Amino acid sequence: MASDGRRRGHWVRPSRSASNASYNGFVGDTALVLVVVTALAFDFTNGFHDTANAMAASIATKALRPKAAVAMAASLNLVGAFLSLSVAATIASGLVNTHLITLPVVFAGLAGGIAWNLATWYLGIPSSSSHALIGGVIGSTLAAAGTDAVKWHGLVQKVVIPAALSPLIAVLIAAVGTFVIFRISRGVRQETRDRGLRLGQVGAASMMSLAHGTNDAQKTMGIITLALITNGSLAAGSKAPTWVIMACAVALALGTSCGGWRIIRTLGKGLVTIEPPQGLAADSSSAATILLSSHFGYSLSTTHVASGSILGSGLGSRDGRIRWDVARRMVTAWLLTLPAAGLVGAGSYAAVHGIGGTAGVAVGFVVVVAGAGVLFGLSRRSPVSHRDLHEEPNGPATAETAAARSVAETPVAA
Amino acid sequence: MTSWIDLDALWKIVVIGLLCGAGLPAVFTLGLRTLSRSERRAAAVTPVPDAVGLTGGTSTRVQAARAGAEMVVAGLCFAVVLAAIGWGVAFIVSHG
Repeated sequence: MASDGRRRGHWVRPSRSASNASYNGFVGDTALVLVVVTALAFDFTNGFHDTANAMAASIATKALRPKAAVAMAASLNLVGAFLSLSVAATIASGLVNTHLITLPVVFAGLAGGIAWNLATWYLGIPSSSSHALIGGVIGSTLAAAGTDAVKWHGLVQKVVIPAALSPLIAVLIAAVGTFVIFRISRGVRQETRDRGLRLGQVGAASMMSLAHGTNDAQKTMGIITLALITNGSLAAGSKAPTWVIMACAVALALGTSCGGWRIIRTLGKGLVTIEPPQGLAADSSSAATILLSSHFGYSLSTTHVASGSILGSGLGSRDGRIRWDVARRMVTAWLLTLPAAGLVGAGSYAAVHGIGGTAGVAVGFVVVVAGAGVLFGLSRRSPVSHRDLHEEPNGPATAETAAARSVAETPVAA
Repeated sequence: MTSWIDLDALWKIVVIGLLCGAGLPAVFTLGLRTLSRSERRAAAVTPVPDAVGLTGGTSTRVQAARAGAEMVVAGLCFAVVLAAIGWGVAFIVSHG
């Protein structure tokens, strides 16, 4: 990372220069740099893992071209990350006793989150990035400080129960929305209907991207701030410094702009057949649920809400085909996210702690980078790109062409 | 039970969520429907000046007025949706 030096320059206290920094201070700073880079790497995986949540439906209904959708999601993520800053409370507070957190614990938690995010991305399964991070941090805290360090009540109340309820709420709203939209638009010429609904869908998807930016960038901001506090670079209770906000916003947006095509394919084409009425219903349901729940302090996973909405849009239409095997695979992944990321987090902590100090974190960092490299290499064997999203010989592409032709032939009224 | 589930927040999310998440797209679709109907009506009654110079008969004028009213209703529907989006953005900003 070329900008590491610049970033370090921001958090080293002005009075302390490199020449008189103590050896211990240097060691702490090196570990901190690695933790911050890992946190930004997690933010990046969060971005490309979750592009699908906001854009899969718009791409499926051709409301937006794949690349335009991803670019729009990335810019709105960036804007969203700057819009809402006060919530940047650490994701860990309320879930673990934060005074027991050390840099290796934070690092191991992030490693768990990244590992799960990359594995599910490789398999094309939409799973919650927040759960991956929470699972990782809880796993590493358990390994470091035992069961007393985890606030189990908080975990069940803030994470487990909302995770079970949020997809159901989204399914309900999207199913009702789809039903009503189909009902009202009956009798409207299909191409007129689809053109209008696509426009509405772009609006709903934009709101969703904006909400995603405000929610997800903050999680990493919270983790980095926690690391800075742990290291003594920031006073306890401090807000995220400006460079943290900027770095997190950029990392999330960069991740989003890469486009997690594997997951977009699953959500946009694998789960249900999405037509413009379903697309508008799904995206409106997701945007409304996420915004409302953050307003009422109910932390929901964007992924669970988005997947639930898409599923609901399939249930709400009479001829909606739902591929239940895909849905089952997805729900299994949701159930596994917390424990699996927790296991990796705990294992990482054991390894990092076993080696000890900065060397431990450095070795862990190398392992994470190597693991990511291996998965990326594997993914190249069966690459999925934006070109793979619209190539269906008998699918919507032909319907689209037919619709375009009939639009061209129909004289436009007014 | 309520210490585990925030029932108060939950029912609000479900009810307001249905109003905004399903209701707004419904209003938007209603706007589309009335707009499309208005356009079809207007196209059907394209005024053809008769010999006296008046455009159309009574029924044509009524149809044209209906088309105009439908246009207004459609505009109202879209305005409601736009206002809700504006509120949403304002909400995100003020929440920060």
